[in-house]
Amino acid sequence: MTVRSSGTHPIHIEQDVVLARQLTRKLATECGMRLIDLTKLVTAVSELARNTMVYGGGGDMDWQIIEENARTGVRLVFRDEGPGIPDIKLAMTDGWTSGNGLGLGLTGAKRLVEEFELETAPGQGTRITITRWT
Amino acid sequence: MAALQTSTLEALKKDQAQLLANWYSSLEASGATRNLKEQEVKQQTSDFLQLIIAGLDAGNGSNVAASGWDEIRQFLEKLSRSRALLGQNSQQTANFIFAFKGPLFAALQNHYQDNPSLLAEQLLELSELLDSLGMHTIRTFQESREAVIKRQQEELLELSTPVVKLWDGVLALPMIGTLDSQRTQVVMESLLQRIVDTGSEIAIIDITGVPTVDTLVAQHLLKTVTAIRLMGADCIISGVRPQIAQTIVHLGLDLQGVVTKANLADALKLALSRLGLSLTKAG
Amino acid sequence: MERIPILQMGDFLLVTIQVDMHDQLALTLQEDLSERISRTSARGVLIDISALDMVDSFIGRMIGTISGLSRIMDAQTVLVGMQPAVAITLVELGMTLPGVSTALNVERGMKLLQDWVSNQ
Repeated sequence: MTVRSSGTHPIHIEQDVVLARQLTRKLATECGMRLIDLTKLVTAVSELARNTMVYGGGGDMDWQIIEENARTGVRLVFRDEGPGIPDIKLAMTDGWTSGNGLGLGLTGAKRLVEEFELETAPGQGTRITITRWT
Repeated sequence: MAALQTSTLEALKKDQAQLLANWYSSLEASGATRNLKEQEVKQQTSDFLQLIIAGLDAGNGSNVAASGWDEIRQFLEKLSRSRALLGQNSQQTANFIFAFKGPLFAALQNHYQDNPSLLAEQLLELSELLDSLGMHTIRTFQESREAVIKRQQEELLELSTPVVKLWDGVLALPMIGTLDSQRTQVVMESLLQRIVDTGSEIAIIDITGVPTVDTLVAQHLLKTVTAIRLMGADCIISGVRPQIAQTIVHLGLDLQGVVTKANLADALKLALSRLGLSLTKAG
Repeated sequence: MERIPILQMGDFLLVTIQVDMHDQLALTLQEDLSERISRTSARGVLIDISALDMVDSFIGRMIGTISGLSRIMDAQTVLVGMQPAVAITLVELGMTLPGVSTALNVERGMKLLQDWVSNQ
């Protein structure tokens, strides 16, 4: 797998979530991703970026345009140093909420992408990696 | 990359015409120019050589992924794509580059007659560069072929499941054959788009031609129906044969208030009545 | 502070969302709408999202909330113009917006509201 380009985008305030969406749209368009796949990716980014801001206390989104086996993809990592997710199984259930009661659960976002990895532990922050190929 | 001697570069520049001529002859001899326009191939060899010289002039090493080689990579990608469309295989396309090695080495051999170790070093450097470019060509060739195949597959999918306008405001999607995940998605998307394009309020999905309905297929259908509703239209599923109805009940699937009809005709009648229309005999 | 404009058309309120909303803007719209419905005794709310190329769970919930709020205030809400890619994504996300009426476009949405009002 090769990384064609990469960068980082901070997620601390609401406007950052909007910018993260727009950045993802730009990256996916650059790869030639189909509209429906692009829409799913941008929506997943909106969900995860919001989580990072609201529950993670702010964090960053690392992005990469990657190439592997003759296909191109967008890989994003959402990381924060927040409280972490105490019960992963519960968090992955549809309808799980915490904090302000606004979460829909990570399973929703997981369905919108092709690869989804969650690394988290109480007191150790959270790291979510998602990938969508063209 | 060990320092490419300036004199090597000079030799390349000086012998351009001869290099190109020998390269073209080599290509011709191996049959690589069959079905290709002579003028086009000669232009391509010339362009390629210019790009090599320009790249080496700028001091770029043999890492072809570096930005200094962007132009030549793009050139090769374009070449691969056009050759793929013409039906050439990847070996023939890569041969375009590898056929250059012979004339190149001959030219350098001539130039470094008195210095065999320097000759060997320079040959190795250039060989590495050309090999990497050759590999890049093969890779992009394969990508192009895969893209062509994928596009053809999608076109086939769309052709095999056309969206039909039954009446003003009523679309029908007759599904035939087995429904797999990818197919259902492509078909779903085209149906939704047609709904928007035509402003049709009712879509009839006819599954008379679908032999089996399992949980996955039923889920896909449900997702389609939900999406249609979110967009502001409605959906009727027709062609639900007794066996399929049984399967659905056995699997415990909840069709969530989706209206089903045994056949397309009944579905059309229902659609028309929803639109406030009725059929009466003339005369 | 920027807000999304709410147009009054007779008994109905029309909202056209054309920008990529940040969360606060969505919440402000929700508040503005409930205040307007109450103040004008509007009978219907039409939300036009034909320009939105993305609707996430936050906006989805906002729409559901507006629909619920307006119902309590005796007004009907109709959501119009959802793009196909958005619809597919929402369904995949698990947001089916139950209880929210939908229509293909503003014209059909208006007709729906008018029929509803005259049937009252």
